[in-house]
Amino acid sequence: MQQAVHIFNKEFKDYFISPIAYIVISIFLLVTGWFFFATFFLYDQANLRNFFSLLPIVFSFVIPAITMRLFSEELNVGSYETLLTLPVTFNDVILGKFLAAVAFVAVMMVPTVSYPGFIAFLGQLDWGPVIGGYIGALLLGASFSSIGLFASSLSRNQIIAFIIGMIICFALTLIDKMLFFFPRSVLGVISYLGAASHFQNISKGIIDSRDILYFLSVIFVGLYGTNLVMQGKK
Amino acid sequence: MIHVENLTKYYHDLCAVDTINLEIEKGEVLGLLGPNGAGKTTTLRMLTGFLRPSSGTIRVKDYTIEEDALKIKRLLGYLPESAPLYHEMLVYDYLVYIANIKGLEKTGNGKLSQIRNLADLCGLNEVMHKPIGELSKGYKQRVGLAHAMMNDPEILVLDEPTSGLDPNQIAEIRQIIRRIGKEKTIIISTHILSEAEAACDRIVIINRGKIVADDRTESLKQTASKEHFIHVSIRNADFQSARAQLEVIDGISKVECIQEDQDGMIDIRLTCNASFDLRGPVYQTVKKTDWALMELHQETRTLENIFRELTKEE
Repeated sequence: MQQAVHIFNKEFKDYFISPIAYIVISIFLLVTGWFFFATFFLYDQANLRNFFSLLPIVFSFVIPAITMRLFSEELNVGSYETLLTLPVTFNDVILGKFLAAVAFVAVMMVPTVSYPGFIAFLGQLDWGPVIGGYIGALLLGASFSSIGLFASSLSRNQIIAFIIGMIICFALTLIDKMLFFFPRSVLGVISYLGAASHFQNISKGIIDSRDILYFLSVIFVGLYGTNLVMQGKK
Repeated sequence: MIHVENLTKYYHDLCAVDTINLEIEKGEVLGLLGPNGAGKTTTLRMLTGFLRPSSGTIRVKDYTIEEDALKIKRLLGYLPESAPLYHEMLVYDYLVYIANIKGLEKTGNGKLSQIRNLADLCGLNEVMHKPIGELSKGYKQRVGLAHAMMNDPEILVLDEPTSGLDPNQIAEIRQIIRRIGKEKTIIISTHILSEAEAACDRIVIINRGKIVADDRTESLKQTASKEHFIHVSIRNADFQSARAQLEVIDGISKVECIQEDQDGMIDIRLTCNASFDLRGPVYQTVKKTDWALMELHQETRTLENIFRELTKEE
């Protein structure tokens, strides 16, 4: 566990050494800021529902960009060998890198806290859904980070890792909008798999154990998959 | 200290390491020699727990690699081939990170003084605040060496520590190895013979995943020097008669013609297995004839010859 903390520290600092972090944060803020405020005054409602409904789709391409280097770079440079011959276990490495990505997502979300502050100034803001939305965003971010981490462990090429991660995240985001492609018998399962609907529930301020369980399962599957890939490389 | 039994590694169908048995004692400096692709790196990767053996066991002290991988990793310091490190990190940050992960004492001066010692030992003081990616290959190698030695490991595993360095850097790295080799068990892989000869107590030669020689460096050198060659270049003679005359000298086991020039010069190689110098008797024999002696010199077999013979492609 101690080792995971050291790896977390290193990976988290690494984000801010390279320019990628700043580029990703800028893109995230520009895209969400633009799409949210472009229609905000037309709706004339003091809430953040439209902002939160953007997040699944924006996270689908932003988070794989954050996680793509976590393993790919190590595999490419060869520092993977240096890392694994240190006194660490697979789980230390995976946990440290995963938490670093989640922490980065949290940092990326911090500037958006100014939105509810700004809206509260304009009108009556209900803070319940806002807090729910941020909890949901963190869970969603963590789920996509674990998927991105898994994608990153698959390839030594960061671009391939990015694309694989993005495809999986998009699939989870869009699957419940494409239910008419699936036979009736599997509809229940498929609609449960969609990340967006679970996220919308939480961002309405309804914290349901089913939704929490969904996100925790996605995180677990992603991390476990990463562990299996690492075992396979041995 | 280290017991390796029937160690085997397959990459899919390719057998990279084939039932290797090794015993390494405490304080030994062992050179793992072999041509490219012989299985040196694979063997070291299994020793350090990076790769899982297909079969066979590795025991370090009383730990086995399957059950106590973490404990073994704590005893080891490993410098992988070409020292793969994080390029964006500063040397200092990297060393602090490694010190933390290797569990050096946080409080007090344990961690910092160790980093300072290693910076002195490996000559890193001028580059402490540079990103690793900007360093020259020699400096990267030194950072890798500092990385490997951070936890003061009992066993140091260095995979081609001098590859790609210039002669000055090679000499420096060798000096460092010799300095630390007095107290620690070191395993070095290399394909440079002079390096193994200079730095190692014991040499293990592997070829195609198998151990083909395993001996103390001195005894290997002795067996090498027992057999030697005498080269004779003569004129005014034909090879058949020269052979008849030279073959009867006591101690010469083989007479070969290496080259025959158009102007009548013959280069002959005599293989000797006597423990005394045969140049005198050879000269006496030549003197009795009317050949013109152009050249006479002795060549002792070196480790290089042995290495080449053992690892020759069939």
